[in-house]
Parts: sequence; structure tokens; C-alpha cells
Amino acid sequence: MIAAASLPGPGRAALALARVESLFDRAFGERLNPWRHLGALGFHCFWICCATGIWIYAGFDTSAVGARESLAAMDRNEWPLGAFARALHRYSADALVAVTALHLAREAARRHYAAFRRFAWLTGLVVLAALLASGIGGYWLPWDQLAQWSLTATMEWFDALPVFAGALVRNVVAADQVSDRFFSLLIFLHIGLPLAMLAAMWAHVQRVSPARTSPPPALAWGLAAALAALSVAKPIALMPAADLGLVPARIPVDWFFLFPHPLMARLGPEGLWIAAAAAFAALAALPWATRVPRAPAARVNLDNCNGCARCFADCPYGAVVMVARSDRRPHARQARVDPALCAGCGICTGACPSSTPFRSGEALATGIDLPSPSIGELRERLEARAGALEGAPRVVAFGCRWGAAVAALADRGTATIELPCAAMLPPSFVEYALRAGADGVLVATCREGDCEFRTGEALLAERLAARRVPVLRPTVPRERVRLVHVGRGDEDALRAALDSFRAGLPRPGTPPAHRLPPPKRQEKRHG
Amino acid sequence: MKRALRLGAQAVLYAAFAAALGYFSTSPAFEPLPAGHALIRLSLNHAGQRKFECRTRTAAELAKLAPNMRAPEDCPRERAPVRVKVELDGSSVADIVAPPAGLSRDGASVAYRRLPVPAGTHRLRVSLADDAAGTFDRVREATLRLDPGRVLVIDFEPGQGGILLRHAPPAEGPPK
Repeated sequence: MIAAASLPGPGRAALALARVESLFDRAFGERLNPWRHLGALGFHCFWICCATGIWIYAGFDTSAVGARESLAAMDRNEWPLGAFARALHRYSADALVAVTALHLAREAARRHYAAFRRFAWLTGLVVLAALLASGIGGYWLPWDQLAQWSLTATMEWFDALPVFAGALVRNVVAADQVSDRFFSLLIFLHIGLPLAMLAAMWAHVQRVSPARTSPPPALAWGLAAALAALSVAKPIALMPAADLGLVPARIPVDWFFLFPHPLMARLGPEGLWIAAAAAFAALAALPWATRVPRAPAARVNLDNCNGCARCFADCPYGAVVMVARSDRRPHARQARVDPALCAGCGICTGACPSSTPFRSGEALATGIDLPSPSIGELRERLEARAGALEGAPRVVAFGCRWGAAVAALADRGTATIELPCAAMLPPSFVEYALRAGADGVLVATCREGDCEFRTGEALLAERLAARRVPVLRPTVPRERVRLVHVGRGDEDALRAALDSFRAGLPRPGTPPAHRLPPPKRQEKRHG
Repeated sequence: MKRALRLGAQAVLYAAFAAALGYFSTSPAFEPLPAGHALIRLSLNHAGQRKFECRTRTAAELAKLAPNMRAPEDCPRERAPVRVKVELDGSSVADIVAPPAGLSRDGASVAYRRLPVPAGTHRLRVSLADDAAGTFDRVREATLRLDPGRVLVIDFEPGQGGILLRHAPPAEGPPK
């Protein structure tokens, strides 16, 4: 058995963030809380940006002298669509930066960057770099004074590299106007870099299953409406045409993208390179530089694996794959765990049809299991703690290590069992607890959409509602089972949920309407 | 009622997010140049002269070479660095030595310098040396009026008269 202190759990930053998120729960509800959909919202903003970009490009003059005028004509002649599309393009890009930065900060606070999440973390940094490069390049295309300032500053920045040494900026300063050939290159950059970013986004979600790239419709429409309203309220004004003989007195900087330019004015080009390299290096080194506790990986027990692939279907990180059978048992496939990708959450154990406590035998084994707590340990704890319950009604409470601390509920009439993830709980354990003497079973998961392992709370809810295998059997009286979503810090809410649940359970002396027979295993053991 | 309150709270949060986007999308404004300043950009891309003279190969040297490599002269490729000095009202504001590019040091020398200067009338002197001895044989002097926010680009094009002053406003005297 592994000591509880060495097992992963929420850190201080994650708990602080959870308090902020709980405020948004009040407005949006747990399922629609935008903090829990930042990645998907990023995809949403990206697609808005693409759609508006295609619309703008249709009327865009790709020459340096004609670019600004074509956009000005679009604003005049296609109003409101022209001006609206340009503003929506800008604001959706800004929103993309904002949600990406929040997504990064949230994942960092939750220490979601090491081990099986390292690939997503590193590819996320590539997405961030491509996003900033794509967006800055977009500011050059109107070829107004803002574009001239941004392009010149960027060229000056790259010219600090010995390989360029002043050659790039000559494209912007050594003539009366930039050449159309050079301007065409800028346009290609603004098309190519977002495509590269899309490729990085695709890579970013490769190690999660299923990837959530679409926010809930209500959230998607809400954000789109907010951006549309902003686009109408504050259209994007073009600055005067670029004039290479002039430095504008005041630049209306888009700080979401163009912050490196003012930063370079303060630090110098070399200083900005050092700062940028240090920032990205620090973020990239985070998976190795900090120690993040990690649960041991799941293991496959071939004697109990029939190759049903339920663990493969439910694993949120694609750590389980189905391969050809390596033993002589009459099944086509078997599960195999990639330890490097395994989160040690136990969701696969909860999905395995062999994870039933009703199986005979002193040592319970299943097809895929955690080293600790194993499914056998779980049954032993359940039997010991449920058997020690006194009074009425007696309740067994299962909880998640990442959610509200279920151990605080323990008393003479309440047995508590903490799991690495609530979805490790096979539904048959709920029935087993009722048959073992509990009057009710409370299952506490993380907040909706806030599972540490992405999908655990949703999978468990589906299993208990008999919408996903393995199901909680229909013979189990539902009024004796309560599923609650309570995050870490919501212990009061958990206590209130238990009290409410307990109040609805059969009172002492009341014949239970649906008393389940004790499990045969227990009958055998206790005579 | 509770649903209305929640929708209202959502509207407030969406509005706050949109307001933050709208504000930081253009504000606060940034001033690239200090007030009352103009900008001189020194930007040149010029290949210096060969650092060494060509030398006639001896018959013995030629015999050691492959038949297709027997050029009668050996001309080392390395070029001299380009040095450029800018003086404003008698004071040096830039003195740059731009090495030739390339592993063999045979490419063009590239130099860039950004020089914010107070707006007004200035006496400018630019001198350039591109030979191995460092002789400043290219000099241009001018009295220029640099208005706030205007950019003067100092460039070098041998085919267009040597040192060029682009975007220069009317000078107070003929360039020397």
C-alpha cells in the first residue's frame, strides 16, 4: 500500500483557483463554468477568427499600396459586415489570447504539466508561440501606421540576431515604400502561421481522449454574442496610411498581441530576446524542474481481462490500448497500459466488468487495477467500515481525493472511503455496500466538468444512471443512492448533502421498501 | 427568479470580459518616440572592398592545382569591414564597424542603428570607410530640419551618389 501523503492531491494554487471558479459556478452553473472550458473556448475563438479572416481576405488587396484602401472600402461599402467582420476578427483573436493565457495559468496552478501531461504542456507552448506570431503578423496587413510601427519593431527585434544583423529592417526603411513582393510574404505568413498553429493545436489534444474542442453550445453562443456586441459597439479604426518617413506620436496598441514592442522599447532588442527565451524556457522546463506527485500506473491482469475494451473506451488519456492476445485464453484482444501515459486515476478499474465485489474468493482481482488502492483493498475497506456502522440510517460515503474531503463525514453511522478518482468506483460496489448493511450510499465527485482526470465525474454519473456500462443494476433502489458534485473546499456543502440524504432514508423501525439481500460472499463469511 | 439572476450575472461577466477586450485592444496608447523628438535610422547594406590584393600565381603553384582550378590569379575573398560614423552638431552619435557577412567574410556588411534625437535643425555629418585601411573617403554633410516624429534614414548606395539621406525635409543649405 502507498502512503496517502505521497499520493497526488490538489495544491495550494489549485485550491485558490477553485475558490475563484466557484464564484463563476454561481452565475454559470458547474457544467457551463467557462474556467472549465478554456481550451475548448480557445478552439471556438480560433474558428471565429478563421471565418472572419476568410471573409476579409475575399475583399483584401494584397499590394502594399492598396491594402489599407481595400479595407477602408470594405468598411464603407460593406457596412456593417466589412467593419463588423474586421472587428470580430480582431476581438476573437484577442479573446483567443486571453483564454489561452488563462488556460495556461489554470493548468500551471493545477500542476498539469508533468508526466502524462508533459506532451500537452509542451505542445501548448508551441501553440502559444504560434498564436502570438500569427496575431502580430496580422497587424501588418492593413499597412497603416500601426502596421508600419509593428512591422518595423519586429524587424528590429529579429535584426538583433547575428544572422540578420540589420538586414530585415531594410525592407521597411530603405525605400519610400515596402515592395509588393515583401508584402506578399507577410500575407503568406499570416496564412501559414495560423495553419501551423492549427497543426500544433491538433498535436496538443492528441494525448487526451476524447478531446474537448467544442465548448457547450450555451457557452459558445454566449461568447460569440459578447464578441459580436463588442464588434458593433467598438469597430476597429484604421490608422492613416503607412509613411516610412514618420513615426506616429501615439499608437493604439493591442496589448494582447503587441506587448513585445513596448517591452522592447524598454529592454532593447537583445533584452527582449533574453526575456522571451527565459520565459519560454522556464515554462518548458516546468515538467522537469518541479516535482509533481504521481500515482502509480494501472496494471493489466490477463487472467481477468476478456478484452472487452471498456477500459480503452473510458481512459481519458489514451493510456490503454487494445492489442492482440498474448496468452492462450480464448479472447481476441487484451488491454495494455502505457505507464508513461497513465494517470493512475483508476477510471479503467471502474470500467472493468471484472471489478465486481460479488465475485467469490478471498482476494478480489480484476482485469485492470491500480497497485494501490486495488479493487481488493477497496472491497476489504468497504466490508470493514460498513460492518462497523452503528445506528440508523447507516451510510457509506465514497469520495474523490480531488474533491471535497469525504473523510470529514466519518462518524458512527457514516463510513467513508476515499478514491483516487470517484470514477474508480464500479457501480457494483454501490449495490454491494447496500447489501453489506448500508441504508444508503453517497458518492461525492468533483464539481461537474472539473474532474482532475477530465471525465471521471461524467463517466461515473452515466454509469450510475445506467447510461454507460458497467451500469448500476436497475434492481438497486435509486432513492438509496445519492450522487453529489462537490469540489475541494465545499465540505460544508458535502455535509449538507449528507444530512439531506440521510433525512430521506428509511427511519429506524420503518420496513425498508427495497431491502437488498446480503451478498453471498458475506453470508458465507459471517455464516 | 433564480434563473433570471443567473442570466443577469452571466451577462455582467460577459460584458466585463468584452469590456476588457475592448479596452486593452487599443489602450493605453504607446508613444514610440519621446515628445519633441525625431528619429534617425542608420541602415546600410554595403559590401566593403577586398581586404587583400590579387596575387599572380607562380607556375609551381599552378601545377599543384587541378587542371580546372588553374586560375592565374589568387584573389582572397575576404572583404574589409565597413565603418560608419555619424556626428550630430559636432558630437558623435554613432560609430559602427560592420563586419562582412559569411563564413569566408566575403559578404556585405549590414548595419542598423536607431537614433532618437531632439527635433529641430541639426548639422549632420556622415562618413564611411570601406577599405582595409579604414579611410573615410565617403563623407556627407548637411544641415537638416528634423520635425517631431519625422524619420531620417541614412543609407549608402554607391550607384546613387554614395551616402543618402532619405525622407530628409528641406535642408537649410545645399548638401556638401
